[in-house]
Amino acid sequence: MDTDRERHRARETAFYLFTQQSLPACKPVLTPGWVIAIFLFMGVIFIPVGLVTLRASHCVVEIVDRYDIDCVPEPSRMDKVSYIQDDSIPKNCSRFMKVHKYMKAPIYIYYQLDNYYQNHRRYVKSRSDKQLLDGQKYHDTSSCQPVESNNNRPIVPCGLIAWSLFNDTFEFIREGAELKVNRKNIAWKSDRSHKFGKNVYPFNFQNGTLIGGGKLNPEIPLSDQEDLIVWMRTSALPSFRKLYGRIEEDLDVDDVVVVNLMNNYNTYSFGGKKKLALSTSSWLGGKNDFLGHACVFAGCSSLTLAIIFMLLHVKYRRPYGDMSYLPWNRKSFSG
Amino acid sequence: MAAASSRKRKGKIRWSKLYSFAACFRPLTSEERPAARELIGWPGFSRVVFCNEPHLHKRKPYKYPYNYISTTKYNVLTFLPRALFEQFRRVANFYFLLAAIFSLFSLAPFSRASLIAPLVFVVGISMLKEAVEDWHRFLQDLDVNNRTVKTHISNGVFVDKLWKELRVGDVVKVNKGEYFPSDLLLLSSSYEDGVCYVETMNLDGETNLKIKRCLEASLCLNEDEEFSKFKATVHCEDPNPNLYTFVGNIEFEKESYPLSPSQLLLRDSKLRNTDYIYGVVIFSGHDTKAVRNSTRSPSKRSWIERKMDHIIYILFSMLVLVSLVSSFGSLLYLRQDMVDWWYLQLPDENKVNDLDDSNSEKYDDRFFNPSKPVQSAGLQFIRALILYGYLIPISLYVSIEVVKVLQTMLINKDIELYDDVTCKSVQARTSNLNEELGQVEMILSDKTGTLTCNQMEFRKCSIAGLSYGGDITEVDLAASMRMNTDFEPFEFSIDETDGATRSFEPFEFSVSSFSAQNGNARLTQTEGPVIKGFNFRDDRLTNKNWIHGSNLFDITMFFRVMALCHTGIPLEDDNHKTDKLSYEAESPEEVSFLIASQEFGFQFCRRTQSLMVLKEFDPSSMKEVEREYKLLNLLEFSSSRKRMSVIVSNEDGQIFLLCKGADSIIFDRLADNGKAYEQATTMHLSSYAEDGLRTLAFAFRTIEAAEYEIWNTIFTQAKATIGPEREELLEQASEMIEKDLILLGVVAVEDKLQKGVPECIDKLAQAGLKIWLLTGDKRETAINIGFACSLLRQDMKQFHLSLSRDAESNNQVKDMKEDILQQIESSYKMVCEERNKEAPFGLVIDGKALEIALRGDVKNEFLQLAVNCASVICCRVSPKQKALITRLVKQYTGKTTLAIGDGANDVGMIQEADIGVGISGMEGMQAVMASDLSLPQFRFLERLLIVHGHWCYQRISKMVLYFVYKNVAFGLTLFYYELYTSFSGEVLYDDWYMTMFNVMLTSLPVIALGVLEQDVSSDICLQFPALYQQGPRNVHFSWSRIIGWILNGVVSSLVIFLANIYILSPTAMRENGFVADIDSLGAITYTCIIWTVNCQIALITSHFTWIQHLSIWGSILLWYIFLLVYGALPPNFSGNAFQVLVEGIGSAPLYWMITVLVVVVSLLPYFIHIVIQRSYFPMDDHIIQEMEQCYKKYDVRDNEMWVREQRNSQRSTRIGFSARVDAKILSFNQQLQQKKLSIYRSVTNSPIYRSITASPFS
Repeated sequence: MDTDRERHRARETAFYLFTQQSLPACKPVLTPGWVIAIFLFMGVIFIPVGLVTLRASHCVVEIVDRYDIDCVPEPSRMDKVSYIQDDSIPKNCSRFMKVHKYMKAPIYIYYQLDNYYQNHRRYVKSRSDKQLLDGQKYHDTSSCQPVESNNNRPIVPCGLIAWSLFNDTFEFIREGAELKVNRKNIAWKSDRSHKFGKNVYPFNFQNGTLIGGGKLNPEIPLSDQEDLIVWMRTSALPSFRKLYGRIEEDLDVDDVVVVNLMNNYNTYSFGGKKKLALSTSSWLGGKNDFLGHACVFAGCSSLTLAIIFMLLHVKYRRPYGDMSYLPWNRKSFSG
Repeated sequence: MAAASSRKRKGKIRWSKLYSFAACFRPLTSEERPAARELIGWPGFSRVVFCNEPHLHKRKPYKYPYNYISTTKYNVLTFLPRALFEQFRRVANFYFLLAAIFSLFSLAPFSRASLIAPLVFVVGISMLKEAVEDWHRFLQDLDVNNRTVKTHISNGVFVDKLWKELRVGDVVKVNKGEYFPSDLLLLSSSYEDGVCYVETMNLDGETNLKIKRCLEASLCLNEDEEFSKFKATVHCEDPNPNLYTFVGNIEFEKESYPLSPSQLLLRDSKLRNTDYIYGVVIFSGHDTKAVRNSTRSPSKRSWIERKMDHIIYILFSMLVLVSLVSSFGSLLYLRQDMVDWWYLQLPDENKVNDLDDSNSEKYDDRFFNPSKPVQSAGLQFIRALILYGYLIPISLYVSIEVVKVLQTMLINKDIELYDDVTCKSVQARTSNLNEELGQVEMILSDKTGTLTCNQMEFRKCSIAGLSYGGDITEVDLAASMRMNTDFEPFEFSIDETDGATRSFEPFEFSVSSFSAQNGNARLTQTEGPVIKGFNFRDDRLTNKNWIHGSNLFDITMFFRVMALCHTGIPLEDDNHKTDKLSYEAESPEEVSFLIASQEFGFQFCRRTQSLMVLKEFDPSSMKEVEREYKLLNLLEFSSSRKRMSVIVSNEDGQIFLLCKGADSIIFDRLADNGKAYEQATTMHLSSYAEDGLRTLAFAFRTIEAAEYEIWNTIFTQAKATIGPEREELLEQASEMIEKDLILLGVVAVEDKLQKGVPECIDKLAQAGLKIWLLTGDKRETAINIGFACSLLRQDMKQFHLSLSRDAESNNQVKDMKEDILQQIESSYKMVCEERNKEAPFGLVIDGKALEIALRGDVKNEFLQLAVNCASVICCRVSPKQKALITRLVKQYTGKTTLAIGDGANDVGMIQEADIGVGISGMEGMQAVMASDLSLPQFRFLERLLIVHGHWCYQRISKMVLYFVYKNVAFGLTLFYYELYTSFSGEVLYDDWYMTMFNVMLTSLPVIALGVLEQDVSSDICLQFPALYQQGPRNVHFSWSRIIGWILNGVVSSLVIFLANIYILSPTAMRENGFVADIDSLGAITYTCIIWTVNCQIALITSHFTWIQHLSIWGSILLWYIFLLVYGALPPNFSGNAFQVLVEGIGSAPLYWMITVLVVVVSLLPYFIHIVIQRSYFPMDDHIIQEMEQCYKKYDVRDNEMWVREQRNSQRSTRIGFSARVDAKILSFNQQLQQKKLSIYRSVTNSPIYRSITASPFS
């Protein structure tokens, strides 16, 4: 009668163990010791990490200047929209930025827009990746609606994103001398090489009745129009920064940087803000304390929990594997 | 040759004479309702059958179906529409169908493929499963349809024909042991008087054979050749499901004869004890009563799955809520702000008219149309419904199907559930109910074929006041054995704590060893050849040793009663190697008596019309002599008489009345000088009964010739009477002669239980399951089995509900109802008044009483009583009642019920119960085909429920909850992002990420959890059956758990989303000053989600094999691999995800730090929860896990504490073998205590003791 069983036992293979559900297994049991150790460990890891992160964040020097209101002349401030839409008025404007702490090169220049929904679905979809790569050879630009063609000729690059290209420009002067701004390599390399065509030139761009944002030099291929490439990496949130360029000189404390800017871009009609930000970077990126605070907080909580559980364990110790907790040993248990 | 001769010999007996009483216990039904015959020809009674002319039934109006049956749900044509309909009846599937349809109209936020593909997959897999299951049904049908039967074609030639080709009107010849292919009209049989024996176990569960009898007119048709010219026309009722009625008449040779149910042989019953019969097909295929009686097996859904629907509804409302929020938000933005966002180029309400028409059309974006804000919001709502569809776990259904199929596979493969004898293993026929196995609270079991093997064994007897075959019960034996071993481990504790208790220890040993000696001494251990039906070991009787007994006359008379008082017939074996005969009789008990008497040397070797021949062993001459006994009269057994007598005269002309019957009946009729052994016998009887043995008392009397003559005239007169008083007269006549009996002794036969049944019932009882026995057999049998299975025990208060004779004879429903109600109320009062909570009650109710008790107004009282009893036994219940009880119990208690049975009579019950289990070991397949699971043996139920059920319940509930968590955690991040995109419907993640989420990145660990998770190993499950209670008490799938998991999902999603938003925006995320765009943020957030949900499942899992490790950590790794590969594809395919890991986020330390931080923080709440739960509110499985770890170093099973806990966990049961043993030990102890007390008293009262205590030295 046991022949079958024996035959199976003889080939006690992994498959047999699997079918009998008796594969070797580790069965971790959460003992108080483990719990306290885990919490302690988390505390010990997270607090230093948080401190290091905070330090990195504190090393970053950042100067932010909001210029959208101040750059509108007093008389026009009542009706900023018509001011910005009036092409006849010169839009140049000067801002002074004071360096409060030594800034080591490279210093990244960002423009920051608030309340600008670059992540709006209609906006995000309105582009044609294939056209960006292949230019006019690619005809189906229906995804670019409503900025698809003008006067029955296709627009390159098409779509709302390109059409609304940010076109404020900035010049930086320190102590009378112009600071050199490197505007190369501000976009992802893979974008430049694989997503924006080397032989694709802007065509029929910003020629319509409605002019959106900046214009593009038709002589330069799209792969070199880094402003456009940066702009077309749509931001995730309605308040975002985009890289404008890099200053490759150090700035000293109390240096005053004069920014000559062209205030072209219309954020007035929807109440958006425009800011200019100069920032150094650390190994973690820009100035952001949140991660550090979160880490320290998590670490401290873990430590606290470790202590609480330790105290509880000392005071209300439940014997390991205590049978009196088994339901049949409890009084309330009824068959 | 030999077989033929025996057949001939049997043929000579006029059975109608032998069964002189037949008419009194089986009244003709047709006589009861003479009016029915007049109905023929009217609606409902219009069927016309031309016997032996099946060709006439090929054309209308006599066209009846072929004998082909089909139990499949679908056929080739109906499969697709019906199966699809079934699928889309599920809420979630319907939702996804809608989503897929919308995706065709570019409303959806995702690509079409990512919506349609999973739906096709889900529905496809489910439909495939349906198809496979139906295919199996089809194969089973095929098997039945292709059986063959001898059918008359022409000129008296019979050939084999397939069942399915049989037509109404065909004449068939069915041989012994074959099933009837359809409902047949009996024409003639191998017996001269045209009777045949039919086993209807498959139909009604009754094990005794039924006699069917053909019409006198058709008796002559008993040869093949007779049928060449046979023609007859039958007019009868239309097909109906009623098994016990049949109305019709047959026109045969220009005369019309009425037909009754006793001429109808039903499909699914079997020919027994009759060599062959001829019959004509009356109903075929789906018209047969058996098929009409069967109902389509309903598709069952487990309780968890039904509750899952509610969870889906909750998630749906969440979905609708967030969609509403989204569409309202979108509406607000659209009306107020969005128009000013020039970069969107929305058509301005005011300017629309200025633009030319073509332009306005071009700008028309249906989702953002300021001129039609409400329409846009509506569309946004639909889009949001689809977008947040991730809240509804579509893959949950697929995963559950996959997991259940795998679970089923593992259950089927379990080597412990493999029966070596029948070479069959457990077959889960539907995989829907795996987890339901872990929640069963009530088992409704059939008896014959399920608990017992329908085989009687001669076990013990008490002759002339001496018991043979061992006189202590198994319970006593086990109790004394236990007491011997029991006290060893406790000796230490007793030593230390209380010296006084130790003093009675020696008594324990003495008592138990005494009884063990007594019991075992005469049980010879030598294994003789196994004789079927004879399991008797006692040297005093076997091997003819009885001749040395003291009461030789009584012993020989005893054996003669055994050998003569029956209706059996001997069958000669074809091979004459042994001189042993085998027998056939109406009931298996009689067969076992005949076998036993043959073993004792009283071989019953021949029966003729009026003679019975015994080969007796004559003690005086020590030789075998053949003696002939003249059979004068036979007073038949019937359920009301409960006894049977034969009147025989031996060769010397002495007339004896030999009687066997129920002990109470016999004891009432004893002569004053016949009570010599009454007291001793009564004692033996009770001990036999406690062991669950069926007992019969034997008695005899000698009758003077003169007295016999007088009586015989009365009896013959009574027999000749025609009319209703005949029965009464016969009864009176038999009463006259069956008196002044002399008691010889009792025999005990065992209705042999299947292997392991008592142990299994014991374990199930310890697991807290209630077991109800529903049987078609009579009450005595049922009670015997109740004892044998330990469902009943001696110290149990039993309530017997049955109709009193008055109420029954009145036949007034109202009286009967009152009668039953009164009985129920008085019993319930007793239950309520019982102080001792642990005192067990047993309820025995028979079919007729049950019929009343289950009526509308009584049923609640009845069920209330029944639920309060530890065990319930229902006897003489019809299949319909079985189903009804099952349904009512299910409804009344709301508990999960499991019905187990093996015959067609259990089909209703099997289909009605939450889980239906069929026993596949026997030949009948009806129960198996209707069942959800089939077992080769009852005993496998133990492992199936306690191990697999427990595991599956845990696995499925953990899995479902995790799924809910996972999808909430993921789906809500989509919603939060909407808040930041002005509710425009933009998705944070790439389409492919989302598709991959449920398909690959999180599916494998769940499946591994669902298939392999174990809280404790299988042998620990069996050692602590109380763990099973987790299922019925539903600790793992309560609403608080469900809500808790949903909240956990909400918390996780919040942590993940907010942490990402705040850490990554607006400053640079890398050293080179790049900021996170929508794609980077999406990829990073998604990474966090993948890590979190996969680590969460690692926290849930308590049993890590390499498969779990591989699936969990592999899934996380797979995400990186996917991201890498996807990012490496040309931008045409990968879109914005191009190079996102390599160039974008991979090189940013921030990315990796966020992952670690977010995973830890989002899992923290759950982790704290489990820590607190485990430390301060541990569940049983937690403790057992800890105990297992604790004692890992030692051999766990020998550990004293372990053993003690194991026993503790079992204490709370009231039924089962060990409960009985416990009770026995208790009563032993009480006896000992009393003994001790009396000894103590006698000692203290003795003058010596007094003098000692009085002495000053003590």
